[in-house]
Amino acid sequence: MDWNPYIHSGLILVAITIAFLTIMLLCAATVLAERRVLAFIQGRLGPNRVGFGGVLQPFADFIKTMMKEDLVPDQSTRFVFLLAPMIAIVTAIMAIVVYPFGPTVTLPFLNWTFPLVIARFDVALLYVLGVTSVGVYGIALAGWSSNNKYSLLGGLRSAAQMISYELALGLSLIGVVLLSGTLDIYSIVEQQSGWYGSQWNIIYQPLGFILYLIAAIAETNRVPFDLPEAETELVAGFHTEYSSIKFLLFFNAEYINMITVSMLATTLFLGGWNVPFAESLFGRGTLLFALICVLGFFAKIMFFLFLYIWLRGTLPRFRFDQLMDFGWKFLLPVAILNIVLTATVLFFTTG
Amino acid sequence: MSSTLNIPPQFEIVDRPLDTQMTISMGPQHPSTHGVLRLELVLDGEMVVKATPDIGYLHTGMEKLFEYKKYQQGIVITDRMDYLNPLGNNLAYVMAVEKLLELQIPERAQTIRVLMCELQRIASHLVWLGTHALDIGAMSVFFYCFREREKILNLIEAASGGRLTPSYFRIGGLMMDLPSGFERRVRQFQDAFLKSVDEFHTLLTGNRIFQNRTKGVGVITAEDAIDWGLSGPCLRGSGVDLDIRRTNPYTSYETYDFEVPVEQDCDVWARYMVRMREMKESHKIVAQALARLKPGPVKADAPKVVLPDREAMKTHMDALIHHFLIVAEGFDVPAGEVYHPIEASKGELGVYVKSDGGPKPSRVHFRGPSFVNLSALPHMSEGAMVADIVAIIGSLDIVLGEIDR
Repeated sequence: MDWNPYIHSGLILVAITIAFLTIMLLCAATVLAERRVLAFIQGRLGPNRVGFGGVLQPFADFIKTMMKEDLVPDQSTRFVFLLAPMIAIVTAIMAIVVYPFGPTVTLPFLNWTFPLVIARFDVALLYVLGVTSVGVYGIALAGWSSNNKYSLLGGLRSAAQMISYELALGLSLIGVVLLSGTLDIYSIVEQQSGWYGSQWNIIYQPLGFILYLIAAIAETNRVPFDLPEAETELVAGFHTEYSSIKFLLFFNAEYINMITVSMLATTLFLGGWNVPFAESLFGRGTLLFALICVLGFFAKIMFFLFLYIWLRGTLPRFRFDQLMDFGWKFLLPVAILNIVLTATVLFFTTG
Repeated sequence: MSSTLNIPPQFEIVDRPLDTQMTISMGPQHPSTHGVLRLELVLDGEMVVKATPDIGYLHTGMEKLFEYKKYQQGIVITDRMDYLNPLGNNLAYVMAVEKLLELQIPERAQTIRVLMCELQRIASHLVWLGTHALDIGAMSVFFYCFREREKILNLIEAASGGRLTPSYFRIGGLMMDLPSGFERRVRQFQDAFLKSVDEFHTLLTGNRIFQNRTKGVGVITAEDAIDWGLSGPCLRGSGVDLDIRRTNPYTSYETYDFEVPVEQDCDVWARYMVRMREMKESHKIVAQALARLKPGPVKADAPKVVLPDREAMKTHMDALIHHFLIVAEGFDVPAGEVYHPIEASKGELGVYVKSDGGPKPSRVHFRGPSFVNLSALPHMSEGAMVADIVAIIGSLDIVLGEIDR
């Protein structure tokens, strides 16, 4: 009997579990980091009581939020109200599976070789964009079903905002796709290895990178584009009526979205798991090399997460019409210009 | 499901004739209505068709309370009106009563009054800046402002013993002289403050998002501003050069060298710039007041009105008698009525005191600048968006304690 399919499935299950736990822990770490870094930016201390230096604070928050009463407003559309947070979290987590977070590893003694990616298929990038754009349903439906005017405004804002910025986001990635000639994220990362980091796409697509960064911030509803939940205008926006575990799901979804867009930026523009000089120092395929690469990957993600927090500590918020103007009248034309430029250059260089 | 409604009949949803419009109740519990202001917004999408302020949620009957308190006890009530500018309130009330009593205030007391009032103006503007920036979404500015304000509150606490409710100015002078080392502490604050203002400018003034959010928003022309009775930075932001410290000087403001910032843009941005520049002017006035601080008495020579020193009470019989009479019976204020305006941090703060003789006023009325400035909100917010409303409220710098009284 051929056991290989079973081993393969088992390995994927293990990988999914590990990835899920990693993402959840990273999410918790981001929440803590956000509170601590923001506190230091603002001349405060931040939470530093639970655990050593406050490391257990996210878990304390988690337990506290879980204990709250799970309220469903009387006049809400109950089914949709329950469905919305699920859509938000599921679509957020689903995008994780395609990101390679390390090179192919060969385990010593066992001689097992496997790539550090859960699922590898040739339209991975398209899949990521598709799945993340479903996420807007979670927010829009939450805003609509709560039967609260503030929630409704938040939901409408986010629907308009995410659809507009989805365009710029997608178009900003086309340059990279043109360069690599593939939608398979794994190959895109492989193509960026070597040459001590000078193969990273950011060097050939600086404009695309900046466009992607801006659109990604808007896509994840973070400052300065946090209009759907602008707390000084709409109280809490689309999740005004949500409490307990449902609120937690939205909250988690936001942070996982932050992590996924950071992962996408890392894999497409910053060479994914590629660390300059690591290959020549440790040799490709060794366990140490893989470890360095995985650490490098997470370090790059954390750089983006820090950028998010930094921006939140610095910038004011856009107004709704200005946000739309910025998306349609600036980001979109520049993204198209970027595509035309890239295509022209490619046409003349590669023939 | 939505069919299982058990709503009391009085809360039934009324059909609106225009189904494109939505009425939304903003406040009294809302993060950016600065306390307990309630706005009834009629929205068409995100556009505001009509904004109606609804006040009274903080009404405590303070003005009536004055009629049951002796004159010197009223000072404590003024602290609680505009709680971001308590020394200004103290000053307005105290000077109105002093006008009735025709008291002469010693020079040192006057200088200290100017010094403390300008410090308080900076503190009040810092709270405004912090909350205004927070409303627009810039979170960190809030903390930087409160860090600076904390230093001023510490100074006020050192002088008076209270941080938010100092009651430092008394009828006929001050509660007591400044503590030793106070000048040094003020200078320390002064040195660090200008750098902080530059920091705020870096964070906000040059920021494109902030400019977009404030320029051309909440416009009120000079004529309209005068018609609506605006005062203070809101009026000067509309290009009207009116400052009571200049036009109707009190506590020898005429001897100080300062500019009155005026901006012509008539919008939220102009009011922002006026207040930012005003902080620097106040900083200048504080420096001048510090320089002319000479030793001397801080209480008027009026033993029947001003409480005697602690030392005098232990050694002089008549001081003890005066103390007992002032505390137990109060002092008689000659009959008459008086209106005294000052330039508080938010605008013209006027105090009307009517006396029928006797130790208690027969009527005290405050012309609160926040109240009058807020009344122009519906005019300013025509055609604005929800986010603009928040910016406009922030630029008016209202304090609900003063509006509701």
